[in-house]
Amino acid sequence: MTVAEKELLLDVQDLKVHFQIKKENAWPWTKPANLKAVNGVDLQLYAGETLGVVGESGCGKSTLARAIIGLIKATDGNVLWLGQDLTELDDKALRATRSDIQMIFQDPLASLNPRMTIGDIIAEPLRTLRPDIPKQEVSDRVQAMMMKVGLLPNLVNRYPHEFSGGQCQRIGIARALILEPKLIICDEPVSALDVSIQAQVVNLLKQLQREMNLSLIFIAHDLSVVKHISDRVVVMYLGNAVEVGTADALFADPQHPYTQALMSAVPIPDPEVEKGKDIQLLEGELPSPINPPSGCVFRTRCPHADAVCAEQVPALSGSAEHQSACLRLDALQAG
Amino acid sequence: MTLLNVKDLRVEFTTPEGAVTAVNNLNFSLNAGETLGIVGESGSGKTQTVFSMMGLLAKNGIVSGSAKFKGQEILGLPERELNKIRAEKIAMIFQDPMTSLNPYMKVGNQLAEVLVKHKGMSKKEALAEAVRMLDAVKIPEAQKRLNMYPHEFSGGMRQRVMIAMALLCSPELLIADEPTTALDVTVQAQILALLNELKRDFNTAIIMITHDLGVVAGACDKVLVMYAGRTMEYGSADDIFYRPTHPYSEGLLKAIPRLDSVGEELPTIPGNPPNLLSLPAGCPFQERCHWVQDRCRQEAPALHNFDAERLRACHADANQILEAS
Amino acid sequence: MLSTTANKEAVENFSEQLEVKGRSLWDDARRRFFNNRAALTSLVILGFITLFVFAGPMLSQFAFDEVDWGAMHAAPSVASGHFFGTDSLGRDLFVRTAMGGRISLMVGVMGALVAVLIGTLYGATAGFVGGRTDRVMMRTLEILYSFPFMFFVILLVTFFGRNILLIFIAIGAVSWLDMARIVRGQTLSIKGKEFVEAATVYGVSKWAMITRHIVPNVLGIVAVYATLLVPQMILFESFLSFLGLGVQEPMTSWGSLLNEGAQTMEIALWQLIVPAVFMVTTLFCFNFIGDGLRDALDPKDR
Repeated sequence: MTVAEKELLLDVQDLKVHFQIKKENAWPWTKPANLKAVNGVDLQLYAGETLGVVGESGCGKSTLARAIIGLIKATDGNVLWLGQDLTELDDKALRATRSDIQMIFQDPLASLNPRMTIGDIIAEPLRTLRPDIPKQEVSDRVQAMMMKVGLLPNLVNRYPHEFSGGQCQRIGIARALILEPKLIICDEPVSALDVSIQAQVVNLLKQLQREMNLSLIFIAHDLSVVKHISDRVVVMYLGNAVEVGTADALFADPQHPYTQALMSAVPIPDPEVEKGKDIQLLEGELPSPINPPSGCVFRTRCPHADAVCAEQVPALSGSAEHQSACLRLDALQAG
Repeated sequence: MTLLNVKDLRVEFTTPEGAVTAVNNLNFSLNAGETLGIVGESGSGKTQTVFSMMGLLAKNGIVSGSAKFKGQEILGLPERELNKIRAEKIAMIFQDPMTSLNPYMKVGNQLAEVLVKHKGMSKKEALAEAVRMLDAVKIPEAQKRLNMYPHEFSGGMRQRVMIAMALLCSPELLIADEPTTALDVTVQAQILALLNELKRDFNTAIIMITHDLGVVAGACDKVLVMYAGRTMEYGSADDIFYRPTHPYSEGLLKAIPRLDSVGEELPTIPGNPPNLLSLPAGCPFQERCHWVQDRCRQEAPALHNFDAERLRACHADANQILEAS
Repeated sequence: MLSTTANKEAVENFSEQLEVKGRSLWDDARRRFFNNRAALTSLVILGFITLFVFAGPMLSQFAFDEVDWGAMHAAPSVASGHFFGTDSLGRDLFVRTAMGGRISLMVGVMGALVAVLIGTLYGATAGFVGGRTDRVMMRTLEILYSFPFMFFVILLVTFFGRNILLIFIAIGAVSWLDMARIVRGQTLSIKGKEFVEAATVYGVSKWAMITRHIVPNVLGIVAVYATLLVPQMILFESFLSFLGLGVQEPMTSWGSLLNEGAQTMEIALWQLIVPAVFMVTTLFCFNFIGDGLRDALDPKDR
């Protein structure tokens, strides 16, 4: 199936999220600094696909997710969900789309209210958004969902602290799925889990995606996991998308110097490969998003940057399968 | 030369819920200039192992067995002698650098203090040496940074400062407890490259505690795989990575997605890590193991040699596991 | 579906056999609290003191304001019926200690109650709503903080005379300020937790958010702080009484008894010792209980 034939679920257009940051010892009348957490990102998500968002801490990937789902107000830009702009809906209208988009969080234990039983936790979205469903059916659905995510239904009366991290994440997944959403935004869902549990959760997500025809936005800093689960991938750096493409194309041939550096830095569990590997170490440190570099945001650490990069802002360009935002791309590919 | 020799190390904690054996019969040895990776999931006892050697256990912890550093027993050493060893021979870096840096003291003074105290240098000499050391860990503009406070550094830079501090007295053994877990991959790569360089230049032995097998592959000569406080397998990195003979190390290796390969479904280790308070009789891994036999449920497998270099604790036949994988 | 219906039924049958009752954090806390010897002992002693305070006057033949002309400054004795002796006016100290205890405990508990009600509501609202509301509410609190309460109380007493109601007002006014701050801080930290974000994502209303997600999670801290507030309030009352700003004679409180006892301690030491022992024991008990509660509710911080 080509891209054009799939149903376009989510279309994020030039999304910007800026935070007003006040310095601690500033006067009340001084102008707050503008932190550009997300600075103009375009995304398309099609039905049934998984979009991976990778980047290091501070690149704005979590903010992007929260802006899409409405936890943070977008400063500018549109989030079109099936053609409807979510950023312009009021709270009441938003409730209708709530059951379509759900979220899974990074810290499995912190995302569950410690004073509620897991039965109540999983049922709460249903009770909130579908108060018309009778009690018995709610409890039936909760039990069915628990089995679906691999939890024994007899554990409904237990509390979150009685479970391990992996099980808590399963509870979080069950809660997100009970409304039968179309899209799940996963914010680093496996990075707080043990290695042996990560694979279980990744497999579970993939399996549920197939069964329920879900779309996923999978946010992570771990490239290996993103590569494993995603159909398409967005690489972010300092609030900007620097490279977008199908997972196959992007990982086979990373074009943007940042993506290249990022990929070479990922340790591979193979001593021979690791010892023979040539790692491109990035110079310097991540610039502050309050004061991002002019032109290309990556130029201060880019080994190939020249004078043009300081002046022009690169736009994403390339084929439908693979685009990157680099002014020196042609020169690099030629050389 | 054997730098560190650990025999039958055992750590127990008394808790209100009962006694917990966090580390059980651990054996390993380390030569100068070698790197040992201790791999395990949370609660596998990898941190408690080194804490017990360094005398850093919580009050309710009891340690037994033996850990000989250059022939000297360091378990149960009086505080004063232990301090001397901790300061000059064995250094430690942690996952969160802020735990070992004083937030109210300039970095330069913190570094100099160590040298003044343990090497008897003057303040001026010590500061000069501190600059040299910050240069060695590749902190740009070291001279300027002496007057900065820890919170003014980024995470990666802070970790560098801590490594510089650990290396001030040129220790023979460096213990790194998840040194890169809190860092981004590109920063992690920088820190790992730095550690490798330091090992080469100073011939320091390193114990690297981590849950990331990728880090182990790049940095370690020997690997110790722990589960529920027990050694599962111990051997050279090549052996563990290419010829694992324990179902746990084998499963762990298969369960991580790799950047350099494609795969549809990840093979998983089923189930959850055990609760140390209620370990099953026999092998702690039995509930998650697909090689499990009746014997595993009754009798904990003893650590035995597979070949000259390798130890394993499993009832299943090693050759069968090798053949199957 | 992952499992067939038959499969599901089998699992259900199986699960019904071992429908597991979870242990909530409250259950855990209760268990830990009852394992704490000092806290449990304190609870028992406090129970006895409360019992004495309310039942004590019935056991004695004397009333709290009745003057025994034949026994002024009488030492404790079982034979005369003055178990704890009498004061300088010949009033029975046993009954007066009990009556004073009623006032003191009531003041303490009321102060704590006011603090819990106003403080929790005020703090939770400020913390949860945030923004400008929060700023205005917290600045108001700071203004109240800087108010000289001792001066305020003296003024009240001079204008309206000594009255138990005034003491309640004075104590109520100061007690909730700290509580409001504590609750606001807790609310802010809970508001940042992921489970609140999750609840926002599936559209939980503000009211349900506060009652279901925020308040149950601050109750632990509130309970601990309220228990530790009771002795503070008792002390505050006794301080007022000691200054002569307390309850109106012949009513009394532990603070006023201490005041009277201190004036006559050279000739009748028991007049000081008896109320002092009761008050100190009560304060100890409340502090131990508060401590035990904190350990029970917050095991990580031990």
